[in-house]
Amino acid sequence: MKRLLLPLLLTAAFSAHAVEYGTVLVEKSQITFTSKQMGVPVDGRFGKFAATLSFDPARPEAGKAQIEVDLASVDAGSKDANDEVVSKGWFNVREFPKARFVSTSVKALGNNRFEVKGQMTIKGRTRDMTVPFSYKPDGAGSAATGVFEGVLPLQRTQFGIGEGAWADTSVVADEVPIKFRLVASQASAAPRK
Amino acid sequence: MTPLRYTRTAMLLHWLMAVLILGMFGLGIYMADLPLSPQKLKLYSYHKWAGISVLLLALARVAWRIGHAPPPLPASQPHWQQMAAHAGHGLLYVLIFAAPLSGWMMSSALGFPVVWFGVLPLPDLIGKDKALGELLKLVHQYLNYVFLAVVTGHALAAIKHQWLDRDGTLARMLPACTPSDLPENRP
Repeated sequence: MKRLLLPLLLTAAFSAHAVEYGTVLVEKSQITFTSKQMGVPVDGRFGKFAATLSFDPARPEAGKAQIEVDLASVDAGSKDANDEVVSKGWFNVREFPKARFVSTSVKALGNNRFEVKGQMTIKGRTRDMTVPFSYKPDGAGSAATGVFEGVLPLQRTQFGIGEGAWADTSVVADEVPIKFRLVASQASAAPRK
Repeated sequence: MTPLRYTRTAMLLHWLMAVLILGMFGLGIYMADLPLSPQKLKLYSYHKWAGISVLLLALARVAWRIGHAPPPLPASQPHWQQMAAHAGHGLLYVLIFAAPLSGWMMSSALGFPVVWFGVLPLPDLIGKDKALGELLKLVHQYLNYVFLAVVTGHALAAIKHQWLDRDGTLARMLPACTPSDLPENRP
């Protein structure tokens, strides 16, 4: 009986980790955020970013991700805000054009929920962050993709985003949750049994 | 018998709105051209909170008015003046709704929901639409210029009746006046 079970288990394990995701389809993905101004939620987004990830739902701990956001592509909700937020006191895009997240570890939380730890660098400051996310397979065959969704709990003052008078978090809240939806295609067509 | 003056509730609503609306004219004109700053965000919020308050007071006022007929205009007033007064008041009733509503709609269209006093999120009246929002900004602006003109006319007319014609029109809306200030009670 044991002799029969082992190959069976191995087969199951192999077919489960036959799905591995690699290339992020930027045009299908989005990074949005909600800033709170005087208690008023204002939606914004980043138009340009690049991401690479490798993720196998059967071996999440081997997962890796790197995301680079072009900060000048920000839409903070109004023209005034867009002009302001790229300036020196906010992102200072001239000196620091990109925000970068590099993962250090991934952990399964169960029920298709995961948690990635990593380092976020914005405006020359690097901070450790923990980001919960969900994974969902979508589509089939060569069009099969993995959808990764989550919210990165950014605190703007940790990165000096909004200095001087803008540091007042009673006007613009410190928490600026960054919502992401990354759609990735399969890294390689693994043989299926 | 028809009362000679407005009820205390009507007076309270009238003067509360008068203060709010006059303050809002000044604030609105001042804040619109400010460069973006935390101060500007604060002022915009105060303006919106006050605007929603005006809207609620307007609703209360209409509800009260339905059950409480206003005192008649002095019989000494010429017919055309009485007609003009009714038309002006009608216009003011329209504007106390139209001005805040246009601001609320503009806010919704521009993607800035209104959170009353920073705690009560109000629903968006219309969906996010930048072009429509810019149009509504103009509508809000010009509607309020009209509003300011009508309010000025309203105040000037009240002053003229009270101090030039001395017919007691304004006293009908003043809680501090004793009944002897009304022309009917003068010797």
